[in-house]
Amino acid sequence: MAELLAICFKAHEAFPLAGLAAKLGKSFDLLLLTGAVPQGHGAERIFTAELQEIPPADGIGSPLATFSKPYRYIVAASSMQSKDVLGRLAGLLDASMITDVISVDSATQFKRPILAGAVIAVVEVLEFPVVITARTAGFAAPESQPDSPVEAISVAVATMSRLVSRNARSGSRPDLTQARVVVTGGRPLKNSATFESVIGGLADALGGAVGATRAAVDSGIAPNELQVGQTGKIVAPDLYIAAGVSGSTQHMAGIKDSKLIVAINKDPEAPIFEVADLGLVADLFDALPELQKKLTP
Amino acid sequence: MRILVPLKRVVDPYAKVKPLGDGSGLSTQGLKFEINPFDEIAIEESVRLREKLGNTEIIVISIGSPECEEQLRKALAMGADQAILVETTDIFDSPSVADELNAWVLKLEPNLVLMGKQATDDDCNQVGQMLAAKLNWPQATFASKIEVNGSQVLVTRETDTGDEVLQLDLPAVITADLRLNEPRYIALPGIIKARSKPLDCQAPLATPRLRTRILSYCEPPPRIAGQKVDSVDALILAIKARGAL
Ligand SMILES: Cc1cc2nc3c(=O)[nH]c(=O)nc-3n(C[C@H](O)[C@H](O)[C@H](O)COP(=O)(O)OP(=O)(O)OC[C@H]3O[C@@H](n4cnc5c(N)ncnc54)[C@H](O)[C@@H]3O)c2cc1C
Ligand SMILES: Nc1ncnc2c1ncn2[C@@H]1O[C@H](COP(=O)(O)O)[C@@H](O)[C@H]1O
Repeated sequence: MAELLAICFKAHEAFPLAGLAAKLGKSFDLLLLTGAVPQGHGAERIFTAELQEIPPADGIGSPLATFSKPYRYIVAASSMQSKDVLGRLAGLLDASMITDVISVDSATQFKRPILAGAVIAVVEVLEFPVVITARTAGFAAPESQPDSPVEAISVAVATMSRLVSRNARSGSRPDLTQARVVVTGGRPLKNSATFESVIGGLADALGGAVGATRAAVDSGIAPNELQVGQTGKIVAPDLYIAAGVSGSTQHMAGIKDSKLIVAINKDPEAPIFEVADLGLVADLFDALPELQKKLTP
Repeated sequence: MRILVPLKRVVDPYAKVKPLGDGSGLSTQGLKFEINPFDEIAIEESVRLREKLGNTEIIVISIGSPECEEQLRKALAMGADQAILVETTDIFDSPSVADELNAWVLKLEPNLVLMGKQATDDDCNQVGQMLAAKLNWPQATFASKIEVNGSQVLVTRETDTGDEVLQLDLPAVITADLRLNEPRYIALPGIIKARSKPLDCQAPLATPRLRTRILSYCEPPPRIAGQKVDSVDALILAIKARGAL
């Protein structure tokens, strides 16, 4: 009987979670809440809840807690949704919980960032079961495994809060947390139209996703789901281009796993230049359109 | 209506905090401490709700060392009616905080717990959800807008792909995200004037049962400052040379 349950809110999460289970040396079962069934990750068993859409956390929390009871490790990929749902699940199981795990040191010791990533803490589990949300960038998928058996299960949702409306703006660009290239704009992008043409234009030329800083979101330049950082998305692309971004600790918390960080800022003293791999001191309203033109295939 | 607002004293989120040399703790010598920014937003929202609804009592509560009085005084100056310092030098992890708050909710019987979505020092983002589970109350995390009407509350909350609106029956637990409001600025005279408001020191109702503990702290692998280029062409060449395009 597997000791680890990987709960997937999206199919692609199965692979990094399989990587985490491998690091722990534990076999795992997979519970897929919605969507097409992923194969090749090596789960002992796949359970599918076949939900049309995932209900509010106070509705899905208790059936998930019941289903998770036999497991020692209950793991999901870090996201706002998984923190909402697994936080409740951990409360119902009176379990220990570790958020944003970035590496597995042993069966009871994990590393995670604190203070917006300025410090890394080694956390020890004193009591099982432990509920974990993991940063997927830290875990490589295992090589392809044979298909796992699939079993549909019924999930008795105990509805509490009622979903009045849901506004998912997932658009045509790649998912920010999965994208190979991310172009981010900050406060100076003036308004959403300028943001879309200058930042969106370059992102589209590179087939990448668009990110924003808190300052850009707060001033209505970009929507909240594009915010990258301590209290936004965590990204790990091959190329991260930050234009008009000062490089605050809180923003850097979201981009540290990027392979190459490029900063374009008109202030040579901007803190981001202390961390960027490549820096260009220039006005972004000149540099980005030129970059876009020269990089459009 | 009675609103309970749990707040945590945290090191200033803009301060540069380093681990101690031996990794046994954090060096916070000479650093400023604040109300956790998300909790300050929660206090501000409770005061705005009282301005809209009237007949609302706001209690702020913090579990921690005697120094937390400074943050509780500021919360009183922002408009809270009463403050409770649950005085302890024990370490409380998020589940233990949730257990303690659970006991206080049963004692104080608020119909709304309004708190931060995470503490900016540990970044756990756990207590609100765990407390709601232990109380078996509805929960709405990452709130960007709250509208109370009678015994129901409409919460707009931020999600991974946009936002959504939930309708909850009170009593409920709501956690505040950055966009909920912009907290009012409190000058020193305001804090001094609030000296007269009650601040109640209490012992913890439950002893913390740590489910996890931190063994050591270290710095993340450093990213050394890279190279500056002086033109877009040079930038393209450098990016391609790194194989990122
Ligand atoms: C609790 C908390 C959580 C937070 N979480 C986040 C988070 O998740 N994500 C986040 O991003 N922030 C977060 N912040 C906010 C963060 O501290 C910074 O305030 C924010 O990141 C700054 O955004 P910015 O770089 O766009 O703006 P600014 O700091 O104002 O920087 C703008 C930069 O643009 C440059 N510039 C201006 N005009 C041009 C031009 N024409 N061409 C080129 N460069 C130009 C300027 O030199 C400057 O460096 C948080 C703060 C707190 C307190
Ligand atoms: N020691 C504490 N005292 C009171 N409230 C706390 C304490 N620790 C955490 N909280 C509350 O729980 C929220 C989330 O904390 P955390 O789950 O630790 O990130 C915070 O924003 C506070 O509202």
